[in-house]
Amino acid sequence: MEQQYKPKLLWLQSITCNGNTHSFLNHPELFSILSHFELVHHPVLESSFCMQELIDGILPCDILIIEGAFMEKGYLKSGVEVSSIIEHYADNAKHIISAGTCATFGGIFKQKDPEAISGFCFDEEEKTRRYAKYASKLISLPGCPIHPKWLSYVLLMIANDRKISLDALHRPVELYGYTVHTGCTRNEYFEWKIDAKNFGLKEGCLFYEQGCQGPYTRGSCNKILWNDMSSKTRIGTPCFGCTEPTFPQTELFHTKTNMGIPATMPLGIPRRAYLTLTGVVKSFKIKRFSERLMEYDR
Amino acid sequence: MKIAEKKALKRESIIQTALQLFSANGFHKTTIPDIAAKLHMSVGNLYNYFSSKDILAQEIIKYTSEVLGEEIKKINMLDVSAKEKIKMIVTVYFTMAEEKPEMIEYFLRVYLSNREVFSDGCDGMVCVSGFITEIMIFFDDAVSSGELRNQDFFSAFGLFMGYLGGMVFLKGEGVLPKEIAYYIDDISRNIYNALKV
Ligand code: SF4
Ligand code: SF4
Repeated sequence: MEQQYKPKLLWLQSITCNGNTHSFLNHPELFSILSHFELVHHPVLESSFCMQELIDGILPCDILIIEGAFMEKGYLKSGVEVSSIIEHYADNAKHIISAGTCATFGGIFKQKDPEAISGFCFDEEEKTRRYAKYASKLISLPGCPIHPKWLSYVLLMIANDRKISLDALHRPVELYGYTVHTGCTRNEYFEWKIDAKNFGLKEGCLFYEQGCQGPYTRGSCNKILWNDMSSKTRIGTPCFGCTEPTFPQTELFHTKTNMGIPATMPLGIPRRAYLTLTGVVKSFKIKRFSERLMEYDR
Repeated sequence: MKIAEKKALKRESIIQTALQLFSANGFHKTTIPDIAAKLHMSVGNLYNYFSSKDILAQEIIKYTSEVLGEEIKKINMLDVSAKEKIKMIVTVYFTMAEEKPEMIEYFLRVYLSNREVFSDGCDGMVCVSGFITEIMIFFDDAVSSGELRNQDFFSAFGLFMGYLGGMVFLKGEGVLPKEIAYYIDDISRNIYNALKV
């Protein structure tokens, strides 16, 4: 039987910590997913072409995955401008996936030199000069790092020729249409405005006192769990909003308040409505929520 | 007029009348038959609108809190400094104490003094949220614009409203030597100075 054509997959790195590469290696179905593609080049996995051939610009490429932030000029590997190599392959690719917040918005590496460093097509929320050229094939997958299943979702959708709905920043709606707050097991505590006093507790919401960014952060961390079983908020660590163009904030574990009122409202919630509810809700004492779930000290 | 509209009007007139009687004569001395008599309606019919005196009392506090909240909402929408807004809020509050004294009296003399009537159904801020929400919005705007100092909500709220309530109380007791409007400028300045950055 003639073998079906496999899309050619090229994974390139710019200024990166390797986090997205490593995250993807943790995908439990990694090799089954990769079996749908021909891996042309990858920074750590065995692939069909070597670095020199990559630099020579001769590789075929259907899907380009980009990891890491961008500097227009002055970031070289093997004596070659990384941005020009990546643009060369981006010109030819059918799909471009920016994997991780650095490649998408600039992320952590942008902090080094905010003027010169950005994402590939976005500089935080602003469009870079590349945007116009590549927008038609761009899929943004912010996350620090991305969840391996977010990437596999996109890859398999492409492999199966399925249309992926995207929002204004080119993020798949299926993955980024709701917030990290959705699906958080602490939602009841959020509703009743009962905050956890420390990290790591089973009880309480992490919003006011621990700076949880879940209500402001688009991502499916609490729907598609990490390692199939957990998430930051589930274990009692506040979400710090790593999928957002504003990441990293300067005060990660702090929700800014004005006289106790969050300076920024949870996404899409009108301030009057939120304050009316919180004012009312705070006046109730719900016994079940003010007690520990378990006694550990006995 | 549609039946629903008629009912709403009737409901409001009951609230207004009961508000006056409760504020003037006290909550316990005022009976449902007193209220019904003043409205020329039967006691039975009044119960169609409010199933008990306690519930009527709770609806009144919600109503007054909404009315006051609406006034402060208008101020919140204006593009003026927090200093000016403070003066407007003080003015609204004192004007209401002057023109509709029963509203503020009700809050001070019925709501705050008969907590048992409001404990079940008006827990905490449930019935006064219309007003509290607007005060929260005022503070939030004023802190984010850098005019007022960021602090705990209740220490600022207590200072602001405690002061206003105290003045209206003194007026009600008849001990203020001058008309309450006379104090607006000084009081606004005091509040602003106490809360500013
Ligand atoms: S911990 Fe964070 S994500 Fe969870 S309910 Fe609270 S605010 Fe929302
Ligand atoms: S929970 Fe928040 S910080 Fe953690 S990975 Fe998800 S989006 Fe990033």
